[in-house]
Amino acid sequence: MSGGEGRRSAVIAVVSTVVFFTVLGVLITHAPGWPEVRRTFFDWGQFKDSLPEIARAFLLNVKIFCIAEVFILVFALVLAVIRSLQGPAALPLRLLGIAYADFFRGVPTILVIAMLGFGAPALQLKGVPLSTTFWGIVALVLVYTAYVSEVYRAGIESVHHSQAAAARSLGLTHWQSLRAVVLPQAVRRVIPPLLNDFIGLQKDTALVGFLGSVEAFKQSQIDAAATFNYTSYVAAAVLFVALTIPLARFTDWLVLRDRRRRQATGT
Amino acid sequence: MAALAVGAAGCGGSDNNTSSTSAGAASCDRADLKLVNGRKLTVGTDNPAFPPWFGGAEKAPWKVSDPRSGEGFESAVAYAVALRLGINKPEVEWVVVPFNTSFAPGPKKFDFDINEISFTPARAKVVDFSDSYYNVNQAIVVKKGTKIAGATSIADLKPYKLGVQIGTTSYQFIKDNIKPSQQPAVYDTNDAAVAALKNGQTDALVVDLPTAFYVTAVQVPNSKILGQFESTTGEHFGMVFAKGNPLVKCVNQALAGLKADGTLQRIQDRWLSKVVAAPVLK
Repeated sequence: MSGGEGRRSAVIAVVSTVVFFTVLGVLITHAPGWPEVRRTFFDWGQFKDSLPEIARAFLLNVKIFCIAEVFILVFALVLAVIRSLQGPAALPLRLLGIAYADFFRGVPTILVIAMLGFGAPALQLKGVPLSTTFWGIVALVLVYTAYVSEVYRAGIESVHHSQAAAARSLGLTHWQSLRAVVLPQAVRRVIPPLLNDFIGLQKDTALVGFLGSVEAFKQSQIDAAATFNYTSYVAAAVLFVALTIPLARFTDWLVLRDRRRRQATGT
Repeated sequence: MAALAVGAAGCGGSDNNTSSTSAGAASCDRADLKLVNGRKLTVGTDNPAFPPWFGGAEKAPWKVSDPRSGEGFESAVAYAVALRLGINKPEVEWVVVPFNTSFAPGPKKFDFDINEISFTPARAKVVDFSDSYYNVNQAIVVKKGTKIAGATSIADLKPYKLGVQIGTTSYQFIKDNIKPSQQPAVYDTNDAAVAALKNGQTDALVVDLPTAFYVTAVQVPNSKILGQFESTTGEHFGMVFAKGNPLVKCVNQALAGLKADGTLQRIQDRWLSKVVAAPVLK
């Protein structure tokens, strides 16, 4: 593309973007209900008032997803490896793995949280923790292990069969070839979807509020109910988005670095 | 594109109501009332409908009891107010209004919402409240035989894990008056708060006194009302209206009439009398 064409395209792009968003902005702000919506959702005073407490409650969300993610990454890998086991002797294990993944991907996360969070303590067994944060983490780990194991499986299956064959022909056992050859490649390939699921997990920590824990979303609900104003929800949303953006850019950087490394090897 | 903008701006706020409000006194005669559903009075409340606020046999879509029965304190008050306005029982319709949507912006699908909603100045900026139809005291429910059951003052309650339902002023009450050392737990629904108390995940439940009565009588069998708290702020329940709804004035007139001739007190004595006897914690 010549310089002139390139410049023309850029100008058209800028103009059309400006026009589009201007028209959208005008349509919204001239809607008859706009003043009320703005007062209800975008009240700056409410935003400032509710943000500190919501930010404090947000620390609970951070604690939950940091702890949960560690367990999820490990358990999901174990589950993916189980499901990829070959041989008839491993059938019962594979069936269990399939049943687990189907069940926990099928039941809505909020239900798992509710059933575990209220049901397990209700059993009144000795030694069963009552803490809602604990059961919230357990529920999230159970559900996300099912999803993330599928991601690992996709990674494992995307490693070309010749890699495993070559490893075996070098004398490595099945487990050695898995550990040294297949899994490192598989995991590297699925880092973007893994981070994507991590981002999803961060949002789902809000569901733990159903058990009574005052995390960011619950705190914003409290503020909304007290003032009959929804701006606190916007404040909570801003916090969640602020967390996601660096992670998303970090994911992009990781992918780029990995691609550069792979392409740089060789002559 | 300009046509689109004009069209969209024009489509939004058309008023279904063609009759104009005359400047000055809006009459409260039956024929002049501006109702959401022209002929019938539409009253909203949440689901489930719990005693002693509502009574009667459970009937879909409501669970636990039925607002349409006329039994229960709030049901009785709603029908009594309607009667004062010249609206008979068959002309009153009830709709399910989850608490969170009762104050959502935009036109309301009800004339008023009666759902144990406490008046606060912040809330009154967004919706209109009727005058008080009940003055509220907060109470605290505990399981018998637990450590907290021996508490005798507000200070004794500090070290415990307290639970509340969201959207109630109980949470603010706890934060302002009890100031516990542990963060209180806040539940979306009454059922979740009660389940947590049963499980021992919370040590106590702070609710308004009449609801506490229902919790101890029906929901958590081995529980008791430890005590009630004096209302420092004059907390009261009001019916919720859309902001600027002229019906508020008429309902307030009706409430004043009910108070003057003792009807409201009779309704309260009938449905809420049992709950008065609980020690006051200081």
